[in-house]
Amino acid sequence: MEVPILKQGDVLIATIQAALTDADILHLRTALIHQVVRSRSRGVIIDVTALDVMDSFASRTLREVAHMIRLRGAETVIVGIQPEVAFSMVQLGLTMVDVSTALDLEEGLAYLNQKFKANS
Amino acid sequence: MLDETLSVRSGPKDDCATGGNPMTQKDGNREIKDVPEDYALGANQAEAISVLLRELVAHLRQNRTQLREEWARRITEAQLLTAMSKDEIFAEATTVYDNYVEALETETFETLQAYARNLSERIIPRGVETHEVVGIVLLLRDVLARSLFAKYRSDFNKLNRILDAYEPAANRIANTVAVGFVQERERVIRQQQEAIRELSTPVLQVRERLLILPIIGVIDPQRARQLPEQLLRGIRTNRAKVVVIDITGVAAMDATVANHLVQTVEASRLLGATVIVTGLSPEIAQTLVKIGVDLGKMNTVGDLQGGIEQAERLLGYKVVPIVGAS
Repeated sequence: MEVPILKQGDVLIATIQAALTDADILHLRTALIHQVVRSRSRGVIIDVTALDVMDSFASRTLREVAHMIRLRGAETVIVGIQPEVAFSMVQLGLTMVDVSTALDLEEGLAYLNQKFKANS
Repeated sequence: MLDETLSVRSGPKDDCATGGNPMTQKDGNREIKDVPEDYALGANQAEAISVLLRELVAHLRQNRTQLREEWARRITEAQLLTAMSKDEIFAEATTVYDNYVEALETETFETLQAYARNLSERIIPRGVETHEVVGIVLLLRDVLARSLFAKYRSDFNKLNRILDAYEPAANRIANTVAVGFVQERERVIRQQQEAIRELSTPVLQVRERLLILPIIGVIDPQRARQLPEQLLRGIRTNRAKVVVIDITGVAAMDATVANHLVQTVEASRLLGATVIVTGLSPEIAQTLVKIGVDLGKMNTVGDLQGGIEQAERLLGYKVVPIVGAS
């Protein structure tokens, strides 16, 4: 299942719309990093609102995505983690310590804009 | 005349040997003991019991006034239902008596059950205890039994048969009332527990994007489980960016609960909210260090005031005094 990646100014927005297989997640990782390079984006938002389950593979891969994107000088924000998912992740020790998170798309964009202002 | 009819038709154990059993008369080769008694005598016996019960009920109705008064008297003597006035006791006693007799008569217990629950609902808030309710029902049972002894004391066999009919029904009645009372109590307890649970973890919004979660009292495992659910839901609903969890009111917490708290903090971060924990007592601080909490993950401030001030700073608020105000 292809995850749509939309461009909004300096920011890429990838909205996950349904449960993803491991292959889908890897595909998303590749697609995002290539798109960041192509569009010279400064920020990426990955919206996981539609996910009601997040396993260790998904969470690890998203962390990798964030790290890779940071190496390109861009910031990643994961938004829309559901309360139940958040709690399960924490219980399983799948914390995303070095990845920024925000409540939803709006918050994520606000965060990135603030970061861009601070950096410019 | 009633007595004669009974001894000819019914099949109690002592009549069996004298050949009162129609089944054995038909098949002469069959031994009486091969036929299970219930099967052969079932219909007759049930009928006999009904007849006896009807007689019993008639007696109880005839002597209603005096038996009821005696019962009420004995209740007062035994110092039961002290929470109620004499008039109230008498009024309830009347209804219980009538329901009791009706249950004996109809051999159905639904009305009695419904009444028992209704009565319990009314008297439990008055502080009536279980032993009082069980006590009065047993007293009534005793009062009625004694009146039966008095009436049939000249006919031991008859008395036995009447008691055979009375005992199971009376036991069932006592059971029904006691169970009804206890069930009502348990219902009240469950209701109160639910109310306490709901009151105990309020999530309060004090500014835009700022939530306060004051925790007071003992955090038992159930409450500890409820906490993250309520908080995370509150963060989402109120779109909070900062949450101040105040545990000034919590004296101590065990490692499990402390872990739950830490997990709550981490999970909140995943929802984009920063958590500040305030009001840690020395004991709790010790517990947290002992379980090896990564203090880098925990943002703590001494008291609630400090916590709110820091939260406001994080949100970009500044509180300044209004010049010229008193």
